[in-house]
Amino acid sequence: MNRWLIQQRAAFALALQRLTSTPVTSLLAALSIGVALSLPAAGQLLLASLQQLGQGSAATPQLSVFMALDADDKAGDKVAAQLKSHPGIAEVQFVSRTATQKRLREAGLAQVIDSLPKNPFPDTFIVNPRDTSPEALESLRSELAGLPRVEHVQLDSAWAKRLAVLLNLGRTLVWLLAALLAIGLVALIFNTIGLQVLTKREEIEVSRLLGATDTYIGRPFYYFGALQGFLGGLVACAIVYAGFALLQERVAELAELYRMGFSLRQMRAGEMLAVLGLASALGWLGAALSVRQHLRGH
Amino acid sequence: MIRFQNVYKRYPQGLEALADINFSIDQGSLTLLKGHSGAGKSTLLKLIAAVEKPTAGTVLVNGENVGALKRAAIPWLRRNIGLVFQDQKLLFDRNAFANVMLPLAIAGFPPAEADRRVHAALDKVGLLDKARVMPVALSGGEQQRLAIARAVVGRPSLLLADEPTAHLDEGNAREVARLFHEFQQVGVTVVIATHNEELYMPYATGRISLAHGRMEAGA
Repeated sequence: MNRWLIQQRAAFALALQRLTSTPVTSLLAALSIGVALSLPAAGQLLLASLQQLGQGSAATPQLSVFMALDADDKAGDKVAAQLKSHPGIAEVQFVSRTATQKRLREAGLAQVIDSLPKNPFPDTFIVNPRDTSPEALESLRSELAGLPRVEHVQLDSAWAKRLAVLLNLGRTLVWLLAALLAIGLVALIFNTIGLQVLTKREEIEVSRLLGATDTYIGRPFYYFGALQGFLGGLVACAIVYAGFALLQERVAELAELYRMGFSLRQMRAGEMLAVLGLASALGWLGAALSVRQHLRGH
Repeated sequence: MIRFQNVYKRYPQGLEALADINFSIDQGSLTLLKGHSGAGKSTLLKLIAAVEKPTAGTVLVNGENVGALKRAAIPWLRRNIGLVFQDQKLLFDRNAFANVMLPLAIAGFPPAEADRRVHAALDKVGLLDKARVMPVALSGGEQQRLAIARAVVGRPSLLLADEPTAHLDEGNAREVARLFHEFQQVGVTVVIATHNEELYMPYATGRISLAHGRMEAGA
């Protein structure tokens, strides 16, 4: 084994020994780091779950053209002909008011529908436009709204767009939170290592006199910081896993009530590795900054 | 081996620790640094080990100007120098074996080779049976011998000792003096700062006498 590897191994063993020699302090530090990291990790995972909602909607925007309630079949045929011959429309699908009523009855709303004096649903055309740019969609919507006996035209992708914007906002907030907590983590490790350097002052002085380089002196502290970050990452993964496991069933029940295709998903192996890697790297960074700062005084 | 040319050392508070020091020490010699307390003996040793830098002049060790060394190069110089301090500077949180192991760990020796060397060094100073004993359980003389074992385990070409027998009884002091002589005999250059010139008289090949930071006699 070459000297570099021997020294890495020795430094790692020393860091591990220092970590286990103060189990309570190490555990409390890991808990603090873990709780801090679990917030952005859980936020990221929640956003990933919410994204399913948006993905469940139509990939291409559609327009729903609702006829007036009192529009007869002749008016419907006329609108259908106009839609089919329209150059900006790729496809048209007709959903009759009877079909809509039947679908909702099958969806468990039979009691409500039966209590109504007459069918409240209009005949509807689902239109797939050729050009899906916002300007073209808006122009087509206005044009179709002006057709005779058309009551209302709705752009079906609007809610998905709103969800996408909200998700983007959420993502930004999660990144902001993650950045703030990462700074907090680095500061925490910086402080811990600073105290360690002070308590090891004598050992550092003797090692220097015996020919130790700054890198040699700093190495066990770097490993200590990385190990503490890693343990914090493990705690964060455990918190998120347990929290999501507890919530999963309740959220599924709620989603079922609202007939939403939504469920909380657990962390994947790759995501756990990313949390552990990031936590270790932040621990290493905090230690490196601290050693650099505190060894200047020696 | 060691050469001082017009060396001065002034501390920031204005204290002149050394002034106009000129001497040279040959490879394989045993040189005594004599002088009263505050004469500048410890400062002179610190200049050789690059613990301090001269205010003026040149300190050459093996032809290298140690006063001009960059911070990153100093550890490599010190790995070739064995240092023995008056207060030993042992680490009391680890046993005798681990204390002697420290210079080899710093240099990155393979474990088997390091083990062999530590055993040999402890054997040389008569502490092999106390390898697993903590320093606090050793007598003053044993602690000093342990410090010597740590200083020589890396087989340095230069051994610097600052009042190594100051707190020892006569028997232990003679034993330590004999050890330094043994290292000198195998080619190690030994420089000892001491009040007790008599103790080393039979072994010394050179003397440097200091008074108030100035040389009284050349080596």
